[in-house]
Amino acid sequence: MTNVYMPRKAEIISIIPQTDIDYTFRLKSDILPQHGQFLQVSIPKIGEAPISISDYTDEYIELTIRKVGTVTDAIHELKPGDLLFIRGPYGHGFPVEDFKNKNVVIAAGGTGLAPVKSIINRYYRNPKEIKKLNILMGFKSPKDILFEDEIKKWKEKFDVLLTVDNGNETWTGNTGLITKFIPDLKIENPDDTIVIVVGPPMMMKFTCLEFLKRSIPEKNIWVSFERKMSCGIGKCGHCKINETYVCLEGPVFNYTKSKQLLD
Amino acid sequence: MGVELNAKSFNDALKILSIKYKIFAPVRLKGKGAFSDTDLVTYGEISSYKDIELSEKSRYSPKEVIYPITQTLFYFTEDEYKEPEIDDKGIVVFLRPCDANSYLKLDNIFLKNGPYEDNYYKRLRDKVKFFVIECTKGFSTCFCVSTGSNKFLDYDVFFRFDDDKITCDIKNEEFSYAFSGKEVEFSPEFIEKNEIDVKLPDIGKISQKVEYVFNHELWDEYTKRCIACGRCTVSCPTCSCFSMQDIFYKDNPKCGERRRVWASCMVDGFTDVAGGHSYRQKYGERMRFKVMHKIYDYKKTLQHNNVHWLRKV
Ligand SMILES: Cc1cc2nc3c(=O)[nH]c(=O)nc-3n(C[C@H](O)[C@H](O)[C@H](O)COP(=O)(O)OP(=O)(O)OC[C@H]3O[C@@H](n4cnc5c(N)ncnc54)[C@H](O)[C@@H]3O)c2cc1C
Ligand code: SF4
Ligand code: FES
Repeated sequence: MTNVYMPRKAEIISIIPQTDIDYTFRLKSDILPQHGQFLQVSIPKIGEAPISISDYTDEYIELTIRKVGTVTDAIHELKPGDLLFIRGPYGHGFPVEDFKNKNVVIAAGGTGLAPVKSIINRYYRNPKEIKKLNILMGFKSPKDILFEDEIKKWKEKFDVLLTVDNGNETWTGNTGLITKFIPDLKIENPDDTIVIVVGPPMMMKFTCLEFLKRSIPEKNIWVSFERKMSCGIGKCGHCKINETYVCLEGPVFNYTKSKQLLD
Repeated sequence: MGVELNAKSFNDALKILSIKYKIFAPVRLKGKGAFSDTDLVTYGEISSYKDIELSEKSRYSPKEVIYPITQTLFYFTEDEYKEPEIDDKGIVVFLRPCDANSYLKLDNIFLKNGPYEDNYYKRLRDKVKFFVIECTKGFSTCFCVSTGSNKFLDYDVFFRFDDDKITCDIKNEEFSYAFSGKEVEFSPEFIEKNEIDVKLPDIGKISQKVEYVFNHELWDEYTKRCIACGRCTVSCPTCSCFSMQDIFYKDNPKCGERRRVWASCMVDGFTDVAGGHSYRQKYGERMRFKVMHKIYDYKKTLQHNNVHWLRKV
């Protein structure tokens, strides 16, 4: 009998600190996930946690992990050469095939950038796959900005808007919540525009509402949910909202579905 | 055709069976009740007829037999994951039709929900043989007829216990060897009317009025009265939620275990996520979630072959 809870070893190739509490771990792996899927990542004797795959090639995957508690603290102690244990990928990701030849807008708040980073890099490598990409990113403050090197790169090819809730003395960029910038965003053909929104619950709620005001059809909006998860495979019950198991049907949902997911 | 036994021939049968099987039934644990000087009726291993408690409804369900409260998934030594061995013996459970039916509900979650079968559940579940206890009168709080769980025909052996006269119907020939007695006419009976009838809403009707059900004042009453102790989910034979937990041994921190432990949607912490968010904070909301899971979501997702999580990407 296959043991569905049995993880496999994955060696850490490198660790890239993004902020004081967010590190990107590159692991040796040939998993080819859907964009937006997650893994159950563990350290024996410490525990398991669901983590999105923030990027991948056929030789490695990347996980960007915020240090918030027991498991993530222990992961932050690891060094290149150490092992992490992974099972998955689980859930449903973004249906990128349906986004071909469309205008795409990605709005990400904080660590919400992790589950969509691989999509941005996919388009960076194949810009012709879509008509146009707008990226809106919001962070709490300048020191919370993730993936700074990659953001620089993205700016070469795409329309990138970066904002922080609160700036500091040296900050010269945008300030304010993402929602502030949506009314002025250039959207040529709403019916032909796909919007991806990922971030904390409140950010997602209000960002989606702003895009609806801009006449983006509900069915063109995609979000990714974060819920407590213990098993990742539809058994433990923690992630359930009404009749929906976020770990199975999500974490990525179409807005027409996600708007019904109320507690 | 049935076989007639008495206490002695029944005990002989248990003895023979015990070579290959662990045998569970409702038992009375003296003085173990929640209140002083009360007993606890629950499921436990038995070796003779007198161990089986038939006069009182059991507090806990037989789910523990195949789904333990705490179950070790892996033993760790340094970086190795080792799956625990299990007993070679099969499992015989004496249980009433309602409890036998509840196993089928657990099956739906552990074996059918999601893309994988839960191997830890399956390896115990595959061992189970149903020895169903005839129950034609029930207890004052039973409502199995309303939920359709009063009948269970997929038994291995069916028993009518009438003091020293025990009659059984052996459906699974594998067990013929253990029971010897006079052949008699026997057809199992099931309860047709409980003292309590409950009205279960039509799920088609709920679908049209989900918002009404969601906002019903009934739930507010639970917000006031429920204390979120989770006892309802612990004793419910169909509750299946759990949390994963890793530990290391104090005397040898290099070794430890990954376990799963029963969890409850009624208890604080069930939905907590990083950043301090938690959902369904009101106890009435938790009650609504639990009730809807049992009578609505569950039927909608699992019994109608509408496996909606299979969205194509
Ligand atoms: C689908 C999905 C994708 C995720 N992707 C990422 C990611 O890419 N990067 C990242 O840093 N984090 C991600 N998370 C959140 C991450 O799983 C939690 O931060 C992590 O489980 C906390 O575990 P811990 O043991 O370190 O903290 P704990 O000590 O368990 O707890 C610290 C805090 O985290 C909460 N928490 C515990 N378990 C979970 C859980 N399973 N999910 C959410 N919160 C929890 C606790 O309630 C507490 O508030 C994701 C979560 C989900 C559900
Ligand atoms: S959690 Fe369940 S048993 Fe406990 S008070 Fe609430 S409804 Fe009753
Ligand atoms: S995480 Fe266990 S059911 Fe979804």
